[in-house]
Amino acid sequence: MIFDFIVNVDYGHNTILVFEVTILVLAIFLGVEVISKVPTLLHTPLMSGTNAIHGVVIVGAMIVLGQPDKSAFTWIVGFAAVVLASANVVGGFVVTDRMLEMFKSRERPKKPDDT
Amino acid sequence: MSYNLSNLLYLITIVSFVLALRFLSNPAHARRGNQIGAAGMVLAIVVTWVKVGSTSWWAIAIAMVIGGGFGAVAARKVQMTAMPQMVALFNGVGGGAAALIALAELHRVLPPPGAPTVDVSLGITLSALIGSISFAGSMIAFAKLQELIGGRPITYAGQQFVNGALFFGALGCSIALVAGVQDQWLLWLTILASLAFGVLFVLPIGGADMPVVISLLNAFTGIAVALGGFELQNNLLIVAGMLVGASGTLLTLMMARAMNRSVANVLFGAFGQVSEAGAAGGAGDGGTVRSATAEDVAVMLAYAHKVVFVPGYGLAVAQAQHDVRQLADLLEAKGVEVSYAIHPVAGRMPGHMNVLLAEANVPYPQLKEMDEANPEFSRTDVALVVGANDVVNPDARNNQSSPIYGMPILNVDDAQTVVVLKRSMNPGFAGIENPLFYNPKTVMLFGDAKASIDQLIADVKPL
Repeated sequence: MIFDFIVNVDYGHNTILVFEVTILVLAIFLGVEVISKVPTLLHTPLMSGTNAIHGVVIVGAMIVLGQPDKSAFTWIVGFAAVVLASANVVGGFVVTDRMLEMFKSRERPKKPDDT
Repeated sequence: MSYNLSNLLYLITIVSFVLALRFLSNPAHARRGNQIGAAGMVLAIVVTWVKVGSTSWWAIAIAMVIGGGFGAVAARKVQMTAMPQMVALFNGVGGGAAALIALAELHRVLPPPGAPTVDVSLGITLSALIGSISFAGSMIAFAKLQELIGGRPITYAGQQFVNGALFFGALGCSIALVAGVQDQWLLWLTILASLAFGVLFVLPIGGADMPVVISLLNAFTGIAVALGGFELQNNLLIVAGMLVGASGTLLTLMMARAMNRSVANVLFGAFGQVSEAGAAGGAGDGGTVRSATAEDVAVMLAYAHKVVFVPGYGLAVAQAQHDVRQLADLLEAKGVEVSYAIHPVAGRMPGHMNVLLAEANVPYPQLKEMDEANPEFSRTDVALVVGANDVVNPDARNNQSSPIYGMPILNVDDAQTVVVLKRSMNPGFAGIENPLFYNPKTVMLFGDAKASIDQLIADVKPL
């Protein structure tokens, strides 16, 4: 059928692209909405937390380094990308956790320590 | 693993990231939120690991151990006071990774009969451009906060012109690439120009404004990652990257608003540069400074009814938060009413001071936000300013030529007496003179904040 034909042709690239643009735009609204009421107190941990989340770039770095039949150039660049991205992921989450640990200790104050 | 299955599992990661952001906006659940985000990240890595399969798995593992090991050690070892530059560093490497992925992708798709589609080449060039700016800018921010280079703004003639030329040069190379000039050198040029732009763009910004810049670069990295998702046709990168891009942009605006400045003013104002002129017009050089000994101050504190501590970055640097709490406890035991006035941007990042005082187990009800603290200064006997400067500078209220004019401040000069603990008469981080120090109500107690507080504790005890 003619419609099948159209759908199939489109599906190759443009449909995926339109879908990607759609979720991109929705993500913008979601990102704004989800943090719209954050107190000043949490600005620093939130910045650090979002910093950890963009460490998801590690997925892209792994895909690049995991390609079969790659050139020496891709080897080097991919390897460096995975190193940098892992530092982003691990460092980002650990730093954020250390910051937030401080907030938790306030709710259940320990015995005053004498330093 | 099939394309659909991996995408479904990635969706779980996306949900975890959204929840992480949601929970991070509330002090009660913030830590849980971060853990949810980390769990989602682990899932994404495992899924990708299985997806990539046996190809070069050992190289991926080695690279992860190197990078992850560095990240873990650096993040564990760093002092609470150095957190801002750590965030800058980790943000920068993320941007660098996005730029490298773009390089590798172009290398893969370009060889004849290459002709990548417009969306892929657009993703590649913009991701390289923004990622490189973020990388270079974050490294400069890190160097400034770590005091590897001077925190003062660095400016020179024609600066805006050079920056503009670099930026549009990078943009021009990107456009040529997208338009179909298939040459890898164009991407190299884009990256080099963007790196130079990142460096020159952040250099003129004063150290006190760095948090806003880091937040902006954080949003940049998020956008670079989202564009990377277009190169690799990966939903997870698109959504997670854009979540960070959007929320980071909003966070940047909120931080600038907390300082009562516009983002444009922060980025292009070369803050602190005008301060020489501003200070000369202010109370600056004419007045005299009264300095006191620790014994004098101890007497004032011990016989006061109400004492308000105003902590600033100097307290953080001297690691004096525990000592301050000890002094506060001692005063409370003597029947003095004690509280802490926290300026929203005290320290080097919004919320930084709350974190430090929480670390010292300061009781939560004693921490007063600015709006709550300001009306109380008029019935305060002694306001003890520990290493704060710009957030108590009355020029922000009175002196229109001051670069911080209009910034809401803590009105410590309403108190009966102001005691300022400070290392020397050097201007603060932003490099602005402070007429508070010349106020007749003010006495200065010079010295390292920790040493001064310890001395005060020793002197208050026998009273």
